[in-house]
Amino acid sequence: MKIKVLYFAQLREKFGLSDEHIQLPESILTAGELITHLSTRGGAWSETFDGTQAFRVAMNQEMIALDTPLVDGAELAIFRPVTGG
Amino acid sequence: MTAQMSTRLSVAVQPEDFDLGREYTALLADDRSIGAIVAFVGTVRDLNLADEVVALELEPYPGMTEKSLNKILNAAAQRWSLQGARIVHRVGKMYPGDQIVLVLTASAHRGDAYEANNFIMDYLKTEAPFWKKEWTPEGPRWIEARDSDDKAAARWK
Repeated sequence: MKIKVLYFAQLREKFGLSDEHIQLPESILTAGELITHLSTRGGAWSETFDGTQAFRVAMNQEMIALDTPLVDGAELAIFRPVTGG
Repeated sequence: MTAQMSTRLSVAVQPEDFDLGREYTALLADDRSIGAIVAFVGTVRDLNLADEVVALELEPYPGMTEKSLNKILNAAAQRWSLQGARIVHRVGKMYPGDQIVLVLTASAHRGDAYEANNFIMDYLKTEAPFWKKEWTPEGPRWIEARDSDDKAAARWK
């Protein structure tokens, strides 16, 4: 399955990337598995997704739980807890 | 309680400053059933976590941020009897003393407008995708979410 992933705020700065298209291996089915998959990239990716920080995931602009199945063609966003207001 | 069909809900996410008087007049419109309007304005403090703040930058998730704010207004209108509600949230760079966010709620009696306004701000702070970066004399840093905000939102559950 192919998805688009957006990064915001500290993640965008750390990865030097605001969005990318990813062709997922067949074994990656959920939001949580996507994060684990990204954590194997090394460098800033492994540092960021080392399991010590909380992340939120949105799919097609709706918040989802980490065990939610990903949908082909979806727009995903991974970000740290929000701090507006 | 279901939201009244006539409940006027609107959101704006914009770099421009807002005018409280103009927003208030627009929400009041000619609706004579309104008996109370509550306005909350959040402004940029010059001190946070014991450090001097020289500037603040707000980053949204264009599209989702507006959707999320609309969802919060709809939830408030389901829960309280509101004639109208509006959120204006600024994005981009701001400085101490600047206005960041406006929440207006209008109802027949003040209880609904007060509580709905509080509810909207609590959910905005924990649900709406905005991220805040602070500049101190030592440089910029991204603000971390606070447990106290999660607790404030949880009290409405």
